[in-house]
Amino acid sequence: MTKGFIIAAGLMAATAATAQDNVLTVYAPDYITSEWGPGPKIEELFEAECGCDLQFKPGDLLPRILLEGDQTEADIVFGLNTDVTKKARETGLFAPHNVDLSPLTLPLEWDDAIFLPYNYGHTAFIYNEEKIANPPASFDALVNSDDDLKLVIQDPRTSISGLALALWVQAVYGDQAQAAWEKLAPKVLTVTKGWSESYGLFTDGEADMVLSYTTSPAYHIIAEEDRTKKAAIFPEGHYFMVELAAKVASTDVPELADQFMAFVLSEQFQSMIATGNWSIPAALQQDKWPEGFKELNLPEKVLFYSEDEAAELRDTAIEAWRTALSQ
Amino acid sequence: MAHRAFAIIAGALVALLTLGPVVAVSLRAGGVGGFAPGDWGAIRFTLTQAVISAGLSVLFAIPVARALARRRFVGRGALVALLGAPFILPVIVAVLGLIAVFGNNGIFNGLLRALGLPSMTIYGLHGVIIAHVFFNLPLATRMLLQGWLAIPSERFRLSAGLGLRPWAAYKVLEWPMLLRVAPGAFAVIFVICLSSFAVALTLGGGPKATTVELAIYQAMRFDFDLARAASLSLVQLVLAVVAGVGALALARGDGFGSGLDRVVMRFDAGRFGLALDTLWIMLAALFLLMPLALVAWNGLAGLPMLSASVWQAAGHSMSVALGSTLLCILWALPLATRRGELIGLLGIALSPLVLGTGLFLILRPYINPLSVALPVTAVINALVSLPFALRILRPEAEAIRQDHARLSAALGLTPWAWVRFVYLPRLRRPLGFAAGLTAALSMGDLGVIALFADPDRATLPLHVYQLMGRYQMEAAQGAALLLLMLSLGLFWLFDRGGRVNA
Amino acid sequence: MLELKGLHLKEGDFDLRADLGLRAAGRYAVIGPSGAGKSTLLDAIAGFRPLVSGAVSWNGQPFTDLSPAERPLAMLFQDNNLFPHLTVDRNLALALRPDGGRIGAEGREKIAQALADVGLAGMGGRKPAQLSGGQQSRAALARVVLQERPIMLLDEPFSALGPALKAEMLDLLAKVADRLQALVLIVTHDPNDARRFAPETVLVSEGIAHAPQPTGPLLDNPPPALAQYLGGA
Repeated sequence: MTKGFIIAAGLMAATAATAQDNVLTVYAPDYITSEWGPGPKIEELFEAECGCDLQFKPGDLLPRILLEGDQTEADIVFGLNTDVTKKARETGLFAPHNVDLSPLTLPLEWDDAIFLPYNYGHTAFIYNEEKIANPPASFDALVNSDDDLKLVIQDPRTSISGLALALWVQAVYGDQAQAAWEKLAPKVLTVTKGWSESYGLFTDGEADMVLSYTTSPAYHIIAEEDRTKKAAIFPEGHYFMVELAAKVASTDVPELADQFMAFVLSEQFQSMIATGNWSIPAALQQDKWPEGFKELNLPEKVLFYSEDEAAELRDTAIEAWRTALSQ
Repeated sequence: MAHRAFAIIAGALVALLTLGPVVAVSLRAGGVGGFAPGDWGAIRFTLTQAVISAGLSVLFAIPVARALARRRFVGRGALVALLGAPFILPVIVAVLGLIAVFGNNGIFNGLLRALGLPSMTIYGLHGVIIAHVFFNLPLATRMLLQGWLAIPSERFRLSAGLGLRPWAAYKVLEWPMLLRVAPGAFAVIFVICLSSFAVALTLGGGPKATTVELAIYQAMRFDFDLARAASLSLVQLVLAVVAGVGALALARGDGFGSGLDRVVMRFDAGRFGLALDTLWIMLAALFLLMPLALVAWNGLAGLPMLSASVWQAAGHSMSVALGSTLLCILWALPLATRRGELIGLLGIALSPLVLGTGLFLILRPYINPLSVALPVTAVINALVSLPFALRILRPEAEAIRQDHARLSAALGLTPWAWVRFVYLPRLRRPLGFAAGLTAALSMGDLGVIALFADPDRATLPLHVYQLMGRYQMEAAQGAALLLLMLSLGLFWLFDRGGRVNA
Repeated sequence: MLELKGLHLKEGDFDLRADLGLRAAGRYAVIGPSGAGKSTLLDAIAGFRPLVSGAVSWNGQPFTDLSPAERPLAMLFQDNNLFPHLTVDRNLALALRPDGGRIGAEGREKIAQALADVGLAGMGGRKPAQLSGGQQSRAALARVVLQERPIMLLDEPFSALGPALKAEMLDLLAKVADRLQALVLIVTHDPNDARRFAPETVLVSEGIAHAPQPTGPLLDNPPPALAQYLGGA
């Protein structure tokens, strides 16, 4: 055991971080930085371009930035969602990106001076067409479908996609959101803390439909050549989910940070991000998308609340969900 | 006395490491906050599920441990070792395993349907409890089994010699042992269940199953309301301490005195007892091993998909596990007293999120918290395992002190000689079990590393989550199987080391 | 000379007082009704029990404030005289080196001699559980021999043995005590043990440990409390 501990101590000690001038520190969630995320590819591409050292620091983005304040080491924060932009903006910790937004190919107008989108998707219920021949053709059909249809969703209090669902229902049903949730309640098999648990239950065959993203089938098509997983498209519209990058105002390498922000919308980055992050590139014409993405069922109508609207509706939307599902 | 000084230092460290982070978080928040409307409901649900889960875990553990204590059969050792497994699996993997058995499309419902019976759903309060019993029954069983093995065989011989009827023997020998061991086991499991969150939510089926820990998570990571997180985590601490004080007050009773070390032989089981024992062992094995078998089965396909980095993660996990084991044992030895055990409970009572955030705030001015991710994880894992180690060690540590203190004092043994020649050797069996549990526990623990994660320092459980987060469910199940095997291996090695006859 | 001066012990509502002196190299039995405080008296002398007041001294040197191991005495208990997980050799080595240190050739020689003295030659490698009851008592006695203290306190050490074995052990004890020139104080409930082993006896009854008196006359003509305890014997 003593020997084991010495080895352990040695491994732990081998962690000295060196500070350099030419280092761009990027905070990102660990689904980005992990081996299977786009992080390693981003690092490779950008380092080739800038001749610098890009270092990812994974972890919770906003809590960490808020804890660190202007003492933060971060130069870039990568992987924010619209549900936190309001709070992030209010900290005053972020600087304008100064990137030309005209190349954006988002399904809606985007003119935010601070938060720069790099990919997007929409909330959607995914099903296996071998099991469900006739999926609900609309949100209303889903709400009114037979109670035997089992859904797994995520908790809006602990998960970004869960919150997006609550806002989606709010956007579709408005004042009637709670009533809609009450009809949905018997079909909700269970609620999970995060997306991974839900998706695991779905792939294990425990549930018929899972709350996920319109882009999820792309993974199955490209990585597994499996075309049975489909997103149910509803004419009422789907909630828009976008991932964002921002430049930290206190950065000590502002030129590098600017260079990175511009790089995010470059074609090089954009053509990589689709399969890197399994999302739709934010600034790439559809004909340049990877093959699997061109097959995706995408909604005609996109629903989205601005950060101010979302902040106002958030508590109402979550409360409607909580009340209806607690009965 | 030297021993006392060590105990005070060890106790102070625990208090510092648990209360320090809460203070750091509340200072940062500028005080503790109030509660939201849903919070009282969350506290109520948390208490309800924790009381029922801990109660049933201990209750079912009694016949199972008793059966294991007096039966010798092929594979008993393997079964006892496997019993540690549910406890050490990453939550998400264990939940998927449970659902594969008890879920809508699980084996159990398949069986019901085949028999033409109506199917049952696992989602609800009962699901939460089934899951918690699944996680904790093995722990309770091992603690009670330890208690049974601590009854010297001379006592059983005596009762057989007196011709005591089973019930009388039970009342004389086993009931006092249960009174001593069971409340402590209840307390530890109660406190574990207090901080349950992902399991409770997933199997609870929705927001009805909101626990305090979920509210802390929400406050911390979603609302960034540190004040509310701090106050909720204080509520959790208070509940745990109350449970701990209550259990320790209940767990009175003396040790059994020392016997000369002979193999436990029981003379009191008739044919009916034999059948009953067999039934209990089979039921427990079925309940605990089926989900594990499915985890293993599902993982087989994923094993070849694992990349080289899984080994790096496994290496990190092993070093963290060994480091925390050593630390935890060093920590536990001086604290294996009544007061020490109470202090030790603080470790699991505090929400890992608050713990991690508090440590982050404390460490940040001095060092980059990421660069110490693994040592911090090792310390936290040791802290979190401390209550289990103490629960396992304390009864025997006290018995040793009671039985051998006079002889040692008469000989004038130095503290070092006492520890080396009496305390440690006599404590070997529980020490091996405690070390095995700690090692396995910190292999499987995700708690704090998720906050301090770094791609180059990922541990195996984090690796599993990262794979799942990227659609790679099969590979994730493969990594989970690897984790299960490594944890079990470590557990088995330590536990076995403690049981081999010198 | 072992002196107990104004000794006062208390446990609950039970009191025990003693004021007496015992000669060096003398052999004494301690006898009295059950619960009179015989073991309590020995525990107090050995330092396992705090005194309310009074002092104990050896040859004029008080040792009331010393820990059990620092006192000039060795004690044999009713049970738990050996660590069950250690071999007899290891047990005896701890008597020589309480810090657990290594035993040199001289120490090994001493241990072998002590074992031979008690008739256990060659049995040092066994664990206590592998010995018979009589052999366990012998091993424990060897431990006391090795401690080489001028006072030996024995608290019914052989009560579990049969009469023949017990007589044998008492003779062995006498031999050992003679060689060490040790004062022996032995608690017993068997008047025959007292007659056989101890010329003088300390009677403990009604809260008092009386000064030693010749064993024969005391047992031939016991005071009422002792007479009742001894019954027809």
